Amino acid sequence: MSTAGIPLSVDAGVQPGPARKPLLSVRGVKTFYGNIIALKGVDLDVHEGEIVTLIGANGAGKSTLMMTIFGDPRAREGTITFAGRDITRMPTHQIAQLSIAQSPEGRRIFGRMSVFENLQMGASINKMAHFNEDLERVCTLFPRLKERLQQRGGTLSGGEQQMLAIARALMSRPKLLLLDEPSLGLAPLIVKQIFTIIKELNEKDGMTVFLVEQNAYHALRLAHRGYVMVTGNITMSGSGKELLENPQVRAAYLEGGHH
Amino acid sequence: MEIFVQQLINGLTLGSIYGLIAIGYTMVFGIIGMVNFAHGDVFMLSAFIALIFFLILTTWLGMTSIVLALLIVLVIAMVLTSLWGWAIERIAYRPLRGSFRLAPLISAIGVSIFLSNFVQVAQGARNKPTPPMMREVIVLFQGESGYNVALSYKQIVIMASTAVLLAIFWYLVQKTSLGRAQRACEQDRKMAALLGIDVDRTISLTFVIGAALAAVAGTMYLLYYGVVSFNDGFVPGVKAFTAAVLGGIGSLPGAVLGGLIIGLIETFWSAYFSIEYKDVAAFSILAIVLIFMPSGILGRPEVEKV
Repeated sequence: MSTAGIPLSVDAGVQPGPARKPLLSVRGVKTFYGNIIALKGVDLDVHEGEIVTLIGANGAGKSTLMMTIFGDPRAREGTITFAGRDITRMPTHQIAQLSIAQSPEGRRIFGRMSVFENLQMGASINKMAHFNEDLERVCTLFPRLKERLQQRGGTLSGGEQQMLAIARALMSRPKLLLLDEPSLGLAPLIVKQIFTIIKELNEKDGMTVFLVEQNAYHALRLAHRGYVMVTGNITMSGSGKELLENPQVRAAYLEGGHH
Repeated sequence: MEIFVQQLINGLTLGSIYGLIAIGYTMVFGIIGMVNFAHGDVFMLSAFIALIFFLILTTWLGMTSIVLALLIVLVIAMVLTSLWGWAIERIAYRPLRGSFRLAPLISAIGVSIFLSNFVQVAQGARNKPTPPMMREVIVLFQGESGYNVALSYKQIVIMASTAVLLAIFWYLVQKTSLGRAQRACEQDRKMAALLGIDVDRTISLTFVIGAALAAVAGTMYLLYYGVVSFNDGFVPGVKAFTAAVLGGIGSLPGAVLGGLIIGLIETFWSAYFSIEYKDVAAFSILAIVLIFMPSGILGRPEVEKV
C-alpha cells in the first residue's frame, strides 16, 4: 500500500467517519494558561465503541485537552459536547457525573487512602450501587491490586499506581474512558498488559476509550482512529493503520524503533 | 499527690475543650491550607448562643431539668453555629479561593474582628454569667492534709461528651462516603472533582463540622466557667490553634492530643509554678516541640511516591 494515496486530512475539521453522532465532540476549542495559548482550536470526535488515540510530543497539549474536556482549565473558546449535551461550561464534578472517567496524567492516586478506599472513591458517582460486583471485576483485571487492597495508595509501585488509576476510573462504569499516558514510566511487560486490558474492555464491554499516548506505536496499533497533535493544533488524523504507515508520523514519532 | 490528681482532672477537662476547637482549625487547614483565624470567635459566638438559649429555656420557659436543658441547648448551639460557619465560608472565603494565598487569611482576620465586635454591640461588653448550675461533685479520695480530690459533674459531662462526639465524628470521617470525600479533597481536590465529588460542597461541609464542634466546645466552656464575654474567642482560639500545630496540623487525633497537652501544661504550670506565666509555658512547649518535630507530634512528613 503506497502512503501517497492515503486520505489524510491535514488540519482536520469534521471527520467524515460513520454517520452516527459522536459520543464526544470537540469543536474549535482554545485553552489558555494565563495569556499563553495551549490549545489553538482543536477539533476532534470520539464515536461510541471506538478507541481513539491522540499522539504527540511532550508539551503538545494532549493532557491539557484531557483536562479541558473536564472543564479544568476551561475552554476559552469553542464547544465540547458529550452525548448530545453541551458540557463546555459545566462544573467538573457534574461532567464526571455524566459517566466520563479519567485516569489522569501523573495518576493522582490518593496516597493516604487504602487501595480499597481509592476504588470506593471511583464508585462515588453511582453511589456505590454495584460496588462489590465492580470490585471483583477490576480485581480480576488487575490481580496485583487484589493483593494490596488494604495497603495505602502511596506505598504502591509506579506500575501498581497506574493500574489503580485505571481501575479507579473503571469503578464508575464510564461510558467514556479517558486514559492519559497509561504506559508512562512502566516496564514493557506491564505496558503490554495494560494495552491488552484496554482492548478487552473495548471489545467485550463495548467501552469507548480516548487514549493519550507518547508511545505512538502501541497506541496506533490499538486504536481504531488516531489524531496527531503538534503545539496545540491537530495536524493529522486517520485510522490507526494509516497513521502508523504515514512517513511523517513515522519520522516524528516512530523512528528509533518501536518499544 | 492529691494536687497532682486534681490538676490532672482539671487539665484534661480544659484540654478537651481546646481539642474540640483545634479540630476545626486542623480540618480547615487540611482541606484548603488556610488558618481560619475567625474560628476562635465562632467558638465565642457559640457560647453566647448557648447562654441565650439556656436562659430562655430555664428562666422563661421554666424548664427545671438542667441536664435536659443543656442537651437541647447543645443541639441548638450546634445547628446555629454550623449555619454561621457555613455562611462565613460562603461570604468571606469562597469568593477568594484561587486568589493569592494571603487573601483568605486577611479575610479571616476581618471576620474575627467582625464577630467579636458584633457580639460586643449586640450583647454588651460586660461578662455574661449563667445562673449557677451543676455544682455537685464526687469526692474521689481525701488526702492526709485534708485536701479533697474531687471530680465535678461538670467535668464528667465535659469529658464524656467530648469523647462521645469525637467517636461519632471519627466514624463519620473514616467510614462514611461523606468523610471519604472530605479526605479525598484534602489530598487532591482536582482528582476528587474528576471523580464527581462536589469540592465546594465538601469544603462547606468541613466548615460546618468544624463550627459544630466549636459549638460543643462553646457550650462546655460556658458550663465550666459559668461566664462568657465578647473577647473570649481570642485566647482559647489561639491556644486551640497552638494545640493543632503542636499535634501536627492536618491530623485529627493530633488536634485532640495537642489540646490535651496544652490543657495539662497550663493547669500544672498554674498549680506548681505561677498562674501568671501559664500561657508562656504553653507556648514555650510549642516552640520547643516545633524545633525538634517541625511537623508536630502526629503530623506526617510529606513523603509521596511520584
